[in-house]
Amino acid sequence: MEESNVVQDELEAEIATPEAVPISTAPALDRKSVRAEQRRELFRTPSFLIGLFIVLLWLACGVAPGVFARYPELEPVRVDGQVIPRSPPSADAWFGTDSTGRDVYSRVVYGADNVLINAPAAALIAVALGALLGLIMGYYRGWVDEVLSRIMEAVLSLPVILLAIMVLVVFGASRVAIILTIAGLFTPVVTRTVRAAVLTESQLDYVAAAKLRGESGLFIMLREILPNITNVLVVEFTVRVGYAIFTVATLAFLGLGADDVSVADWGTDISQSYELVKAGQWWPSIFPALAIAILVIGVNLIADSLDKIYKG
Amino acid sequence: MFQFLIRRLLLAVVTLFLILVIVFALTRVFPSDPAKQLAGPFASEERVASLTENLGLDDPLPTQFGRLLLSVVTLDFGESFSQPGVRVLDLVLPALWNSAKLVGLSLLLTLPISILGGIWAAYKKDTFADRSIVSFGLASASIPDFVSGVFLQFIIGVQLGWLPAISNAPDNAGIFTELRYILLPALAILFVYFGYIARITRAGAITAFESDYSRTAFMKGLSPSEVIRKHIMKNALQPTVAVTGTQMGYLFGGLVGLELVFNYPGLGGLIFRAATAPDFPLLQAGVVTVAIIFMLSTLTADLLIAWMNPRARISS
Repeated sequence: MEESNVVQDELEAEIATPEAVPISTAPALDRKSVRAEQRRELFRTPSFLIGLFIVLLWLACGVAPGVFARYPELEPVRVDGQVIPRSPPSADAWFGTDSTGRDVYSRVVYGADNVLINAPAAALIAVALGALLGLIMGYYRGWVDEVLSRIMEAVLSLPVILLAIMVLVVFGASRVAIILTIAGLFTPVVTRTVRAAVLTESQLDYVAAAKLRGESGLFIMLREILPNITNVLVVEFTVRVGYAIFTVATLAFLGLGADDVSVADWGTDISQSYELVKAGQWWPSIFPALAIAILVIGVNLIADSLDKIYKG
Repeated sequence: MFQFLIRRLLLAVVTLFLILVIVFALTRVFPSDPAKQLAGPFASEERVASLTENLGLDDPLPTQFGRLLLSVVTLDFGESFSQPGVRVLDLVLPALWNSAKLVGLSLLLTLPISILGGIWAAYKKDTFADRSIVSFGLASASIPDFVSGVFLQFIIGVQLGWLPAISNAPDNAGIFTELRYILLPALAILFVYFGYIARITRAGAITAFESDYSRTAFMKGLSPSEVIRKHIMKNALQPTVAVTGTQMGYLFGGLVGLELVFNYPGLGGLIFRAATAPDFPLLQAGVVTVAIIFMLSTLTADLLIAWMNPRARISS
């Protein structure tokens, strides 16, 4: 699903009026102390801590899968020299084994890195591009804004997953293609959020004052408006990571996740075994599905806590 | 009001045109040659060449794009590439009908439950009930639909055996049997959307509860249920209506994974297969159908909001 903008109303208390203060370091210190206070409050929020714990746990699996996994990623489990395919969860294989006898638990551990690289990378690029476009469109308005808005509206009116399928069928489902496709398809929705925030900021006195001082458009966008919308960008990034995981996993489930299906990946592993659920062999697909669900919940707990803190 | 409608319709036409440009551009850069694929691996070069000409694949691009525009206007997309002799519309319409049934049942379940949940949470703001609804909603809304689908299929369809684990009902099934078969994927959609719609409704309802008009309504002695029905609903539900409108495109065309899990022949799966085949006429027809549904549903949502809130008629 696609989310419309949830962070429209931007925290106004934080937007100090730097021009009114004669000493130039004062507003910077002010902003710093506000940020420090927000950080302290964040680490006192239980939902943020739970989310952080979940994400860090998966990150650990992604960075050092060998530490957590019990068997190799690609080799079948052998009990007394015997391969045990499709065996239910047991002491030998905590999450059971898949149809070729590989350990589902170890596959879940090894499968973490794919989504943990692709989703944040896509979200980061989308937020960077969206911030750039949103700043330009929201600050300058005019016909460029009008034309780009129409194009983005067209992209937004089709489900992300359909466009992603079409693009990846054309360009092949390599890692770079997946990241860039998702980034490109998420850019319009980020742009819309940033643009709305920039429109609000542009009406404030500090922007008018900067214009009167004769600052360039580039300076006003990057040095005046951008620092005041970083909260919007941070929340937008965390929310986008959640949706990027959604998209990466769905694409992998549809066979557009990787060129090699033997490499562990949650979505790919579910697609290889979901039909066995009906025959009662639930473990090869339910465990990677749980992994996706838990990671997504963790990311969203973080996103929601950040959103709440920034809104005050 | 009339002017508002005309303006919205014109914007919708512009958007639809841009979608066609995007889809056309994408199908032009597809790596495979459909004529070669249709002719089969052992076909002679003459056969491929004649097919290419018949399909109009070597016409100038503007001509081909013009043909696409014409096919949208006349709703005639010609024959399918992957199933020669079958008209594209005869493939799209059954899939569209299947999707419509699933979406209909899902909305019938999702909207009342989520709206009640959202208003309840707003009324009980900052209590345990509110926090549970919001947290559950947050968790469920971001889990991919096919993941919730696999869970429900496993728990309700296989372990408990309450509902069919696969959604293709027998051919001569009555409407209730059919509904029973699509109840599991509909529940998966409820799972995805409950949190989202409840949160949106909650936000709208909190604003409405805190406004002067509802305070006046409470102070003149109306009961909470009267205030909600007479004053809160019409104002609080505007964001809910808007969001539901924008999600229709996804519900009709984006449930590719969920349809696959339940083996349900909907529109999303049809477009997915058309893209991987690749079957250009089918792909174009499918995507255009989803785009038109999106246009119509957002337009309907805007009109509903204009009816609910006279101010919206002027501002937009």
